[in-house]
Amino acid sequence: MNAQDEAVLTIYERSKAGRRAATLPSAEVPETPLEDLIPAELLRSEPPRLPEVAEPEIVRHYNRLSRRNFDLDTGFYPLGSCTMKHNPRLNERVAALPGHARLHPAQDPRRAQGALELMWLLQESLAEICGLPHVSLQPSAGSHGELAGLLLTRAYHADRGEERRKVLAPDTSHGTNPASVSMAGYEVVKVATNERGGVEMDDLRAKIDAGPDDVACLMLTNPNTLGLFDENIAEIAALIHAAGGTLYYDGANLNAVMGHSRPGDMGFDIVHVNLHKSFSQPHGGGGPGAGPIAVSERIEPYLPRPQVVRREGGNGSGPFFDLDLDRPKSIGRLRGFQGNFGVFVRSCAYILSLGADGLAEASETAVLNANYLKARLAEGRAGERLPVAFDRHCMHEFVLSGKPMKRELGLVTLDLAKRLLDFGFHPPTVYFPLLVEEALMVEPTETETKESLDAFADAIEQILAEAEDDPGLAKNAPYTTPVRRLDEVKATRKPVVRQEFVG
Amino acid sequence: MTRYTSATPDDRAEMLAAIGVDSVDELFAQVPDELRLDRPLALPPGMSEAEVFERLAALAARNADAEREVCFVGAGMYDHYVPAIVDAITQRSEFLTPYTPYQPEISQGGLQAMFEFQTAMSELTGLPISNAGLYEGPSSVASAGYLAMAATGRRRFLVSRGLHPHSRETLETYAVGYGAEVVEVGLDGGETDAAALAAAVDDETAAVFLQSPNFLGAVERVESLGAAAKEHGALLVVACDPMTLGVLKPPGEQGADIALGEGQPLGNRLDFGGPSFGFFCATEEQIRRMPGRIAGETDDVDGRRGFVLALQTREQHIRREKATHNICTAQALNALAAMVHLAWLGKEGYRELGELLVRRTAYARERLAAVAGVELLHEAPVAREFAVALDAPVDRVLERCAERGIAAGYPLGRDYPEYENGLLVAITERRTKAQIDDLAEALGAAVAAETGEFGVDMTHKSPEGAP
Repeated sequence: MNAQDEAVLTIYERSKAGRRAATLPSAEVPETPLEDLIPAELLRSEPPRLPEVAEPEIVRHYNRLSRRNFDLDTGFYPLGSCTMKHNPRLNERVAALPGHARLHPAQDPRRAQGALELMWLLQESLAEICGLPHVSLQPSAGSHGELAGLLLTRAYHADRGEERRKVLAPDTSHGTNPASVSMAGYEVVKVATNERGGVEMDDLRAKIDAGPDDVACLMLTNPNTLGLFDENIAEIAALIHAAGGTLYYDGANLNAVMGHSRPGDMGFDIVHVNLHKSFSQPHGGGGPGAGPIAVSERIEPYLPRPQVVRREGGNGSGPFFDLDLDRPKSIGRLRGFQGNFGVFVRSCAYILSLGADGLAEASETAVLNANYLKARLAEGRAGERLPVAFDRHCMHEFVLSGKPMKRELGLVTLDLAKRLLDFGFHPPTVYFPLLVEEALMVEPTETETKESLDAFADAIEQILAEAEDDPGLAKNAPYTTPVRRLDEVKATRKPVVRQEFVG
Repeated sequence: MTRYTSATPDDRAEMLAAIGVDSVDELFAQVPDELRLDRPLALPPGMSEAEVFERLAALAARNADAEREVCFVGAGMYDHYVPAIVDAITQRSEFLTPYTPYQPEISQGGLQAMFEFQTAMSELTGLPISNAGLYEGPSSVASAGYLAMAATGRRRFLVSRGLHPHSRETLETYAVGYGAEVVEVGLDGGETDAAALAAAVDDETAAVFLQSPNFLGAVERVESLGAAAKEHGALLVVACDPMTLGVLKPPGEQGADIALGEGQPLGNRLDFGGPSFGFFCATEEQIRRMPGRIAGETDDVDGRRGFVLALQTREQHIRREKATHNICTAQALNALAAMVHLAWLGKEGYRELGELLVRRTAYARERLAAVAGVELLHEAPVAREFAVALDAPVDRVLERCAERGIAAGYPLGRDYPEYENGLLVAITERRTKAQIDDLAEALGAAVAAETGEFGVDMTHKSPEGAP
């Protein structure tokens, strides 16, 4: 049956009183009335209205739902800044081993040596890749790492008796950056972008000179969200450090430079790494991920608690891995227990699989693939209607502008994105970064074949060609997806965010 | 060695020619020379798939997991049975490998699952609005603090000492950033000290944070405790255990403005602490201040039913510094696991499981209380976890139990110096009566050994304690 003809029912609408899937063990203990164990006023009177469905129908329901998703294992997913690289199944297998999956987080470190050694190994690997000596694995995602970095910045300044209020960030930064700045109690100061796509140095100097003692931090992505490496990074770092601020690296784009250039060597003090981007943790339709941070020596005292440490054994015994809670200057915890360990296992498997040479080659191929696709899209109609926003070699991603396409064909970037769905591609990131009009941000990653890149470029060419005859085709796309364009305004004005039960 | 890439030398040559450069190195020329790493990374060379498996399996084998020890440890994460269909569904690539559903036309499966999840959490907590999940429990508590500040314009939080120690510490970490003060209210007989709480709430209080069951396992009288918060216009935030809400009165029926918590017990593995998810439910009034993604129902241009990310104007990718939260990647797959688990349990099974936990916990509590050298730490009602005090050093007792293959519980002294030899014991449906009996026997023997009292008659205080 065509997915569009399928009746969309929720699991609640498939429910019928008296059906069930679960079988539970028998109580084995006296069936004392609950009111004898817990005061009646603390007990629930009506059970929550969970669905009543037998197992076969639960499986069918979620399988049907799954077929209404597009996924990386099915097709090309060049979503800029998201690094949709292959998710090795080996990683799933090792994460599921009972020694990992059924290990309680409060287990005594003496009986969790394998897990702590794995975490230590990942810390050491990320430290080497980032070029910074210390790592905390605790943050749960990139945004969490950003918040951690800003709280570390605050603690660092406070320890020196300083209170600084401003965090500088380029106008090309990810939305999480300014949102994290606000959550950390700082004020964002936007820095302009120059004609080569890097930080506008005069603007940066002016923003610093306006109050150097008030500059807490500069947050930067390098390569930035235009996919361009900022050639002035050493000078930027020197300016921020001279003002007494810290330099924060948003590691969303680390996949461009692994084994080639290291944030620590560029002068960054704090780096977050998205394990769900560069290190192959599956995105899960919106998580889980993990956002470990690597920091310089001067930031180390403030790292979150607990920290995984390796203690050398005495009397010929091996090393002992421990959770260090005794960190008096620590900013404290950012979450419960030790972090998203299951993600650490997968990323550790990935790093072990690729090794030093493999990681460098992954970045090299990511850059090669991006530049090749950029070159393909510089040809033909795409070259005219969708010019690259900054015309130079890119790193792992690049940004096109749909401005001519809009002017000449009446198609906006969203139309192109929606039409791509009919060709079986996930569209690139759209309307980001904000400074590029009608932006289209393309990140192919290293795990795509040349054939996939060619097919994508051909599809864009074809969409632009058909639009010359009939722009309506793209403006009303998509046609072949389970649903077509959805009313997002309605969903925000009159939000329906849960199932309503009748009766 | 394993690269997951496929560019052959011929491909490379063709691609470089199309780009118009002679080598990939030229593409890296934008990185200034002095910032190019002039050596390979100091990491081992790549390994074959089989070798990586063996290496990580060897590390896994050095952990005493819940298959090797009978696990009575809880403290926020629990060794529940995860039904097989959870793995089967969450390992489907269509759920495992997509990004956040930014293109709703090709993400209906994930979006609908979020909508179903939101409905389930709303039902469980008794509050109308649920988001699609946050990172995990304690950071969700901190997120509630940020919301409470925005909602009330106040900067003072009152937290019960019964709130999970990790939640209290995480809230304090965040509060330093957004500039709020955290004041603790103590416990009395295992429950939040009602008089102290009432005295501490004032017109500067943004929110009161409770947990029920609290960290010591006690089911709190949320409604009466929360009355003081209501009087002063503070929000009532209640952390709860989603496995107990089939039997316990939901926070939404006890005056909570926000109900949240650690979602791990629903469909998620222990995983040494993560990934799991945090749930976050609130009253209608807070809908535009909610953190995280929210799926909403709508129609497509042809009138077909569909789902989208609703209320995105709260979010960082639209609102930047004015966003209600900075969260982007959260825990969608873990929330899906919870939804599948809840569907599997169903309306009846969910309640039955709650009842099973309460009854087995009551049995275990009574059984342990009868052991010589073991006293109840408090007598407040409990649901799935309870606290005892030992007459011997808890770490030594735990060590002796571990030698018998039993992880006897969580040593409370780690977080509560006042309960130096306190032990928190958790029950799940996997802990059988026989295992509970073994625990009682092992604890009794361990305490006796540590206190030097080996008398055969000392293991039971009274005949009622015997099985």
